[in-house]
Amino acid sequence: MAATAGATRTKVGTWIGFIVILVWCLLPVVWILSLSFKGPGETAAGSPQFLPKDWTLQNYRDILGFGTVTPGQESTHKDFLDALRNSFGIAAIATVLSVIFATLAAYAIARLDFKGKRLVLSLALAIAMFPVVALVGPLFDLWRTLGLFNTWPGLIIPYMSFTLPLAIWTLSAFFREIPWEMEQAAQVDGATSWQAFRKVIVPLAAPGVFTAAILTFFFAWNEFVLAISLTSTTSSRTVPAQLSFFVGPDPFNPPYGLLATASVVVTVPIIIIVLLFQRKIVAGLTSGAVKG
Amino acid sequence: MSTTIATAAAPAGKKRAKMTDRSRAENRLGQRLVLPAVIVMLVVTAWPMIQALYLSLFRYRLTTPDDKEFVGLSNYGTVLTDSLFWQDTLNTVIIMVVTVAVELVIGFAFAMVMHRIVFARGAIRTSILIPYGIITVVSAYAWQFAFSLNNGWVNSWFEWLPWITADTNWFGSHWPAMFAIMVSEIWKTTPFMALLLLAGLSQVSEDMIEAAKVDGATWWQRLWKVIIPNMRAAIMVAVLFRALDAFRIFDNIYVMTRGAQDTESSSFLTYRQVIQQFQLGLGSALSVLLFLTVLLLAWLIVKTFRVDLAQARGEA
Repeated sequence: MAATAGATRTKVGTWIGFIVILVWCLLPVVWILSLSFKGPGETAAGSPQFLPKDWTLQNYRDILGFGTVTPGQESTHKDFLDALRNSFGIAAIATVLSVIFATLAAYAIARLDFKGKRLVLSLALAIAMFPVVALVGPLFDLWRTLGLFNTWPGLIIPYMSFTLPLAIWTLSAFFREIPWEMEQAAQVDGATSWQAFRKVIVPLAAPGVFTAAILTFFFAWNEFVLAISLTSTTSSRTVPAQLSFFVGPDPFNPPYGLLATASVVVTVPIIIIVLLFQRKIVAGLTSGAVKG
Repeated sequence: MSTTIATAAAPAGKKRAKMTDRSRAENRLGQRLVLPAVIVMLVVTAWPMIQALYLSLFRYRLTTPDDKEFVGLSNYGTVLTDSLFWQDTLNTVIIMVVTVAVELVIGFAFAMVMHRIVFARGAIRTSILIPYGIITVVSAYAWQFAFSLNNGWVNSWFEWLPWITADTNWFGSHWPAMFAIMVSEIWKTTPFMALLLLAGLSQVSEDMIEAAKVDGATWWQRLWKVIIPNMRAAIMVAVLFRALDAFRIFDNIYVMTRGAQDTESSSFLTYRQVIQQFQLGLGSALSVLLFLTVLLLAWLIVKTFRVDLAQARGEA
């Protein structure tokens, strides 16, 4: 009897916990979504209720540049779409390069015995903890000398450096779990070493590489300090930086709806990635940190 | 790849000589494979850091570059005797301690729920990853608008609390503004903490918990005497990462207050000196101090938990 009461209590507790977690995670997301449907008139007058009084698509028209754009917001969608293009390009290139370099390094760390392995891992750890802001000054100076200021490579290079530690850890943890003797088994069964690598090792390693790529992409998509410090125009400014420049004509009355709409648009790719790959992301986040 | 086979198949007598040859080749290959990654990591960190050390010894403003003059350690003197520096350091430490403590508690509760739950695992994993993946600037705006005087729901939803009224101006004074900043930071990063703790939790053996239960341990005793001690490595990693991350807080402050109401953090101060005031000399001194503080913090946390990080990760 007591055992069943305990079990019921645990069950009820888990249900409550489940609902609390959902509300916690989704409330602010639903809030910016709701805000994105409030027109500029409504927010200017003050609209403390959660849902819009009059639902409107005007913010989406202004941000994405279709239909009739609000007068005075003609250039908003151009700046935003430029930033979106920069964000995608920079994050994608940084991800691909970082994952390639990290795969080489992680293979060596997981599979080979070499001098300086500990040093490499300590270096990666130190860089993962590095205060990015401390680099802003010297990088600003250096990039201006080298002509990298306000260019894509100017952001791609530091993004690679700061995502490599995470990618190396995640990948070396994954690689250590791969049963490498299967490669030899395939060769014994008559496969050439290239076939053994392609048919056995690549499919086993691919999920790890993919997970590292997602985590790297998230970092580059989110980065803000370098994005506002090392860019000056929309030719290379990424979305987080561009968002902080959407102030509008009245500093005391920020364009709530426009900012919320832009926020929704840049959150959509994140939600899609999370929906598709939640299991891999969780595995990647935790494998590098807890178990070897 | 084929070398593995060759060695394995080599006659036992020649094995020794082969091994040293092979291990030398392996050593070389290993170093070559890590080299590109090491170079990229060092180019952006080591060189600028040396540069910062050097520049911190000069009076150097980008607006008057000809006025560059060697001043020794006087930039450090200026910084360390300035009350703003200490105010900002205090803010940063408060934010770090409060957010990490709150996240540890909430994150642990979330991890317990996720560990026990048998239904909708995918749904819960997806929703918990959304704050993790969302851009910090977006989180900052979402919470800034939620706390906004004219357009936010916080005041109207929590009006029943004695210290909140319909016209509480959250960004009008120091502590409410700090509170709003910390809410955004906690919301965005608790999922990361929860997932790390969940991984640690799943490594605690169920048998041990069951045995404690049979021996009559209460839920509270099982939590403190069995579960938490067995998760020390996971807790350490989570606290270390989050604490150092929280210490670098910048995005939330930049968006929500721009440092108004004395809510500046150390990172924000450094940024403002370098990028807005072009004080490269003074800013570099701040950078060096920030870097040293982070090193000190990392050392303190590792010492406190007495866990070898490399060992915890199985790298020993």
